[in-house]
Amino acid sequence: MAQKKAKIAERQNEVIASLKNFGTQIYNQLDQGDFPTISMPSRSTENINYDPTLRQFILGEKSVSRSARNIRHIKPFTQLAWAAMFSNELTTQRKTSTLRDVYYSAQAYEMTFTDQQESNNIITDLETLTGFAREDFHIFPEERSAIFGDLDIGYTVPGYEGKTLNLTSHPDGVLIGPALTSAEFINTRADKVIAIEKGALFTRFIEENVHNKHKSLLISCGGQAPRQTRSFIRRLHDELNLPVYILTDGDPWGMHIAQVIISGSANAAHLRDLNTPDAVWSGVWATDIVEYKLPTDPLDEVDIKRLNELARDPRYQNDPLWQREIKLFLKIKKKAEQEAFSRYGLTYIVDEYLPTKLEAAKGKK
Amino acid sequence: MAQATFEEISASDFFYRNRDIAGLTNPSRAIFVAIREIVENSLDAAESQKIPPDVYVRLSYEGEATKETQIYKLRVEDNGSGIPPRFIPSAFGQVLYGSKYKLKQARGTFGLGGKMAVLYGQITTHQPVFVTSSTGQEKIYSFKLMIDIQRNKPIILDRKVLINKDQWRGTIVEFTLEGDYLRAMPKIIEYFKQTAMVNPYANITFVDPKGRLYKFTRGTTVMPESPKETMPHPYGVDVELLQRLIQITTATNMSDFLKRQFHRVGEITAQKFLEFAAIPPSKNPKKLSHEEIVRLMQNLKKYKEFLPPDASCLSPLGEDLLKAGILKELKPEYLVVHQRKPSTYAGHPFIVELAMAYGGDVPKRGTFVIYRFANKIPLLYDEASDVSYRVIQAMNWRRYKVAPEMPIAIVVHICSTKVPYKTVGKEFISDRPEVRREVANALREVARQLQHFLARQEHVHMEKKRLGIFSKYLPKIAEFSTTLAQKEKLPDIDKLLKSVQKYGAEES
Repeated sequence: MAQKKAKIAERQNEVIASLKNFGTQIYNQLDQGDFPTISMPSRSTENINYDPTLRQFILGEKSVSRSARNIRHIKPFTQLAWAAMFSNELTTQRKTSTLRDVYYSAQAYEMTFTDQQESNNIITDLETLTGFAREDFHIFPEERSAIFGDLDIGYTVPGYEGKTLNLTSHPDGVLIGPALTSAEFINTRADKVIAIEKGALFTRFIEENVHNKHKSLLISCGGQAPRQTRSFIRRLHDELNLPVYILTDGDPWGMHIAQVIISGSANAAHLRDLNTPDAVWSGVWATDIVEYKLPTDPLDEVDIKRLNELARDPRYQNDPLWQREIKLFLKIKKKAEQEAFSRYGLTYIVDEYLPTKLEAAKGKK
Repeated sequence: MAQATFEEISASDFFYRNRDIAGLTNPSRAIFVAIREIVENSLDAAESQKIPPDVYVRLSYEGEATKETQIYKLRVEDNGSGIPPRFIPSAFGQVLYGSKYKLKQARGTFGLGGKMAVLYGQITTHQPVFVTSSTGQEKIYSFKLMIDIQRNKPIILDRKVLINKDQWRGTIVEFTLEGDYLRAMPKIIEYFKQTAMVNPYANITFVDPKGRLYKFTRGTTVMPESPKETMPHPYGVDVELLQRLIQITTATNMSDFLKRQFHRVGEITAQKFLEFAAIPPSKNPKKLSHEEIVRLMQNLKKYKEFLPPDASCLSPLGEDLLKAGILKELKPEYLVVHQRKPSTYAGHPFIVELAMAYGGDVPKRGTFVIYRFANKIPLLYDEASDVSYRVIQAMNWRRYKVAPEMPIAIVVHICSTKVPYKTVGKEFISDRPEVRREVANALREVARQLQHFLARQEHVHMEKKRLGIFSKYLPKIAEFSTTLAQKEKLPDIDKLLKSVQKYGAEES
């Protein structure tokens, strides 16, 4: 247990050290009478490659340099230095912030960003430079998702140190926010994680006692899972050794929500540990639509365009499941939502569909 | 001192019936034209003596005329040459009687403008004109006149002689006229402003009917060279002029006639031309038949070997004076002026002077502000028909990185013994290829210089901005990195800031 706690603290120290290192580098260059220059991997599209071993996107060999000597670089360079200082402050003082906060906080230093996008980019630069995610710098996005299940956690946020919580304490679930993602895992009786695309089904699962029946931790992604949720799922998988199953709508968009949890996104190619390569997309598949004779909507043009894009995406090449389902979607030209199972009664999805899918996934392993 | 020569020519009746052609088309235009004509006479009168003009103009309200128009009294005082008493009645009481028939550059031509204004005043208000003048000698002469329109003769109603104790010199004209000042006001004020621009050596004062004072003070006492009188150039004559020259000449043979009455014709040219035209050199010009005169005129135009007219009869402002005038009235940030070499069209010499003013008080209208002048007269109407406007429009401005949105004023001054006006109203200059070419060349020249200025300004601006950026951000980087590195003391960045200044130009 003590070892686990150290893990969070250790990561924090690494973060702080990398920020200090960055500052020292600049300081020394300045002190020697040189224009400070830094170099980091390029995030341009041509430098983003899919790594089949890591099963995620990574940045290639190309790097970019930023020099305070260059009139076009000096402003973003200064912003980057400021962002590092601001992150350092947040991390050492254990305060949290949001991207929006960053945008406004800069103004106190006469470091006005032109717009939110500009400040977001600088934060991404800082991630690329240090290799840490902004959540490690205590900068969190606004979106929140939730978790429910039998897991005891121990807080590390100021004021709550040593306090524990069982994540079944609240029937609406517990927000996956800074306090939770910085918490240590103490104990769990669950043997799996089920990530669900929509809040409504998440609530249904809680009501139907799925967490007990199937010994699972339930996560509501709220659509595309936020980065901190994806990193949290990764931790659940790595630290607690739990398999992860993902349930989404039966359409290209749901399929891709699962894929991003599994393989990450190109936008986060500069970061690691945001994806869970071993996670499994359990449905709703096109195959399920056919098999369960689910009520459907026809695929529209955008859906079909998206399916064709996904068919070419490198992330969809490693498992034959993806290509098979894409082909079937294109063949039946239909899609179905998770709620479509309600035609067989409210509990059908929990009593019949879910056990079958979990069994199938287990069998596959 | 060149004595002005006066001679009688034609009738008022014609102009009474056709006053539109003199620009007196409506009550607002009439009041503008009246002021303009009298003021121009005053400026000419002072300039002919190389005296920096002092012109005082007062327009006062006298009463209602109709619903839209009022009666005004116009009084113009100048410090010009003055008019010898025997010429005063005719000068103001007889149309087409003037001192401007010899060829030299002057503001008015035809001896029409001032008298038309007086005539218009008489027609509309039935009041006499009062003229007081002195040439600076012992006496001042004061006349009260009316025009006998049918006979084109002045009627002297009263005549006074005063002792000129103070050796005053100049002319005062006062008469009443009907008009619409309120509508004419913007043009009149603009007229004074622009007149001040091309007459930087003049003091001009205007008191309007509401008692508002507009004062344009001279910025210099330097005057342009006075134009010399010249004979007409052979290319520029018509039958009418030929006939008049024949009437007045003292020559008794064609050879002498050509040499004496024409500009740049000497013994050899005269001989060769007469050979070309197959006219015996000994022929008496007064014996030429009408047909012979017509043929002579045609041959004068056909003959290719006449020397081009010289420009001594012109009085351009010169680059310095034009500069002074524009600086005074527009206070631009940058000003470039350019005077072209004399050129000719149809035997008439002309000179184009052009200026481009940028920034300062130059109004920003989204299009170039164009000030047009002919023989120092502002041209305020029909801009779009003017040759300068067309040349400016046709110009490829992008080549010079100049845009109409910039605060740019273009001043075009064309001076000539015969300004190629398109209409008698003297409002715009016709599109003659010779004039167009000169304007275009002048425009290109000033545009090039403005382009250099703008490029230089842009460079300075960029340089300032660059330095500003470095001195804003480098200290911040120093501050942030010091905090991050947990150091006590800020790194020394003075050297870096200095290096940016020193080698600033090489960075992009």
